[in-house]
Amino acid sequence: MIYSEKVMEHFQNPRNVGKIKDADGIGEVGNPVCGDMMTFYIKVKDNRLADVKFQTFGCGAAIAVSSIVSEMAKGKTLEEVMKITNKNVAEELGGLPKNKLHCSNLGADALHKAIEDYRERQKNLKKANSENSKVKDKDKEKCYCPYCEGPLEGLEDFCTNCNIELEECPECGKPAKKDEEKCLHCGATKVRI
Amino acid sequence: MRKVYLDHIATTPLHPLVFEFMLPFLKEKFGNPQSLHTVGQEASEAVEEAREKVAQLVNAKAKEIFFTSSGSESNNFALKGLALARRNRGNQIILSEIEHQSILHSTKSLEKLGFSVKYVPVDKLGLVDPDDVKKSITKETVLVSIMLANSEVGTIEPVSEIAEICRENDLLLHTDAVAAVGNIPVDVTELGVDTLSLSGNQFYGPKGSAALFIRAGTRVLPFIDGGIQEGGRRAGTEHVAGIAGLGKAAEIARDKMEERMKKSIPLRNKLIQDLPELVEHVILTGHPQKRLPFHASFCVEFIEGEAMLLNLDMRGIAASSGSACTSRALKASHVLLAMGIDHALAQGSLVFSLIEETASEDIKYLLEVFPPIIERLRKMSPLYSKYLEEKKG
Repeated sequence: MIYSEKVMEHFQNPRNVGKIKDADGIGEVGNPVCGDMMTFYIKVKDNRLADVKFQTFGCGAAIAVSSIVSEMAKGKTLEEVMKITNKNVAEELGGLPKNKLHCSNLGADALHKAIEDYRERQKNLKKANSENSKVKDKDKEKCYCPYCEGPLEGLEDFCTNCNIELEECPECGKPAKKDEEKCLHCGATKVRI
Repeated sequence: MRKVYLDHIATTPLHPLVFEFMLPFLKEKFGNPQSLHTVGQEASEAVEEAREKVAQLVNAKAKEIFFTSSGSESNNFALKGLALARRNRGNQIILSEIEHQSILHSTKSLEKLGFSVKYVPVDKLGLVDPDDVKKSITKETVLVSIMLANSEVGTIEPVSEIAEICRENDLLLHTDAVAAVGNIPVDVTELGVDTLSLSGNQFYGPKGSAALFIRAGTRVLPFIDGGIQEGGRRAGTEHVAGIAGLGKAAEIARDKMEERMKKSIPLRNKLIQDLPELVEHVILTGHPQKRLPFHASFCVEFIEGEAMLLNLDMRGIAASSGSACTSRALKASHVLLAMGIDHALAQGSLVFSLIEETASEDIKYLLEVFPPIIERLRKMSPLYSKYLEEKKG
């Protein structure tokens, strides 16, 4: 199995799935182009997350990440939740396959977005219905380069962060720089004639 | 728990008779076919017998069959060997957009050596229009490569029509027939191709044992330089047990092809018909009729393939998907995108490919298990709840 037992356990029995109708904040990250999309809904009481729910479109890792981050965050103060990183989440799950670390591990980001949304709403002092007041998410169209780990602009075979074209190494299958003769993962020469 | 293996396109199991047939070549008949002595000659006979059987499976001559280690190797061998041998005549290669990675990446390598590639599109059922091939031909074109059947969507391409166009224009034609050979009748003369790839692990033979058909008289540069094995075009001591197994599998495939097809087609049809009826927003991918007899492929809306595969696996069902998450490079299937399927829908790709042992009870079990899995994942999906809200107005 490609996933740890803990990932599979959360994948099979995800906690806190669903929507909160009158959520105090909503955060959405990812898009179907990368494969994963998460929406988090939060209820805030006395500066703590009284309730967290999520909906996720994605692979096993994405579902497990959503589930565990919802558990980690529930009952915590907003400040504490803002300190949870994607790395913490992966650690809590007993690790994730390397190529899933960035595309699927968006739970903390989504939760932070929901809190930002909540704070924004507090600032504006208007509680419009949740659909109209979603945070304009400029990061919505981002995936992450599985090679350099930087954000990708929607096109999954070009990374603007490290300015490389990506392709699957014909030898080991890992994403590698397109123009490089040798794959950095396995050292195989990609042109062999 | 019931175990249902529906991943023929990944690999078929080894046929018990093939296994038995291979054993002596891993034990007492261990000789090197190039040795002069009796032990060597026994091995040599086994290799030549296998060559004959593989040739018969595709209606070729034995001397036109070259053993390789995989379908990917056969594709590399053909494309690089043909293109480089014809280099002085031109530098353009025509491919379909839905070719296997081993074709696409071989030509990527050739591009670095000065070749250019023209991709012909496919329609929404995955079919290449022979007219598009015709229109793509320039005076620089030397080689065309169009697959016989696509393993992700099952569509069977009009290769013999394309061969006619190639003949008229004095072009070489390669076909990647890995998903087809051993499963549907394939006749290299009827198809009119110059080279054709096939692989044993797609028809109950061993992994690591494949072949390339090269029409007699066709110039192909050697793929592995070395000794005189495989006519000097693919050197290296032969994988005798694997080759023997491939030959045996070819023999069985020829005998049983009709029987196997008769059994799998009704089961496949049931799947194609019932699955979209049972669960809404499930669409068939590929051609409804012109498709591999064991192949049923779908896109399930609002959810992602890997999550479906994991759930199916927990219920004992092995299937596959072209979703980005299931590929290690995290890219959506180029086949589905070429067919005009959008990224989100392509993520819900699911392929059920039947094997010889698949029984109607297995299909019944799948049809039972499938709807609750989809329902569970859709309940989690933000895309599905958006759809429901929009539907409500």
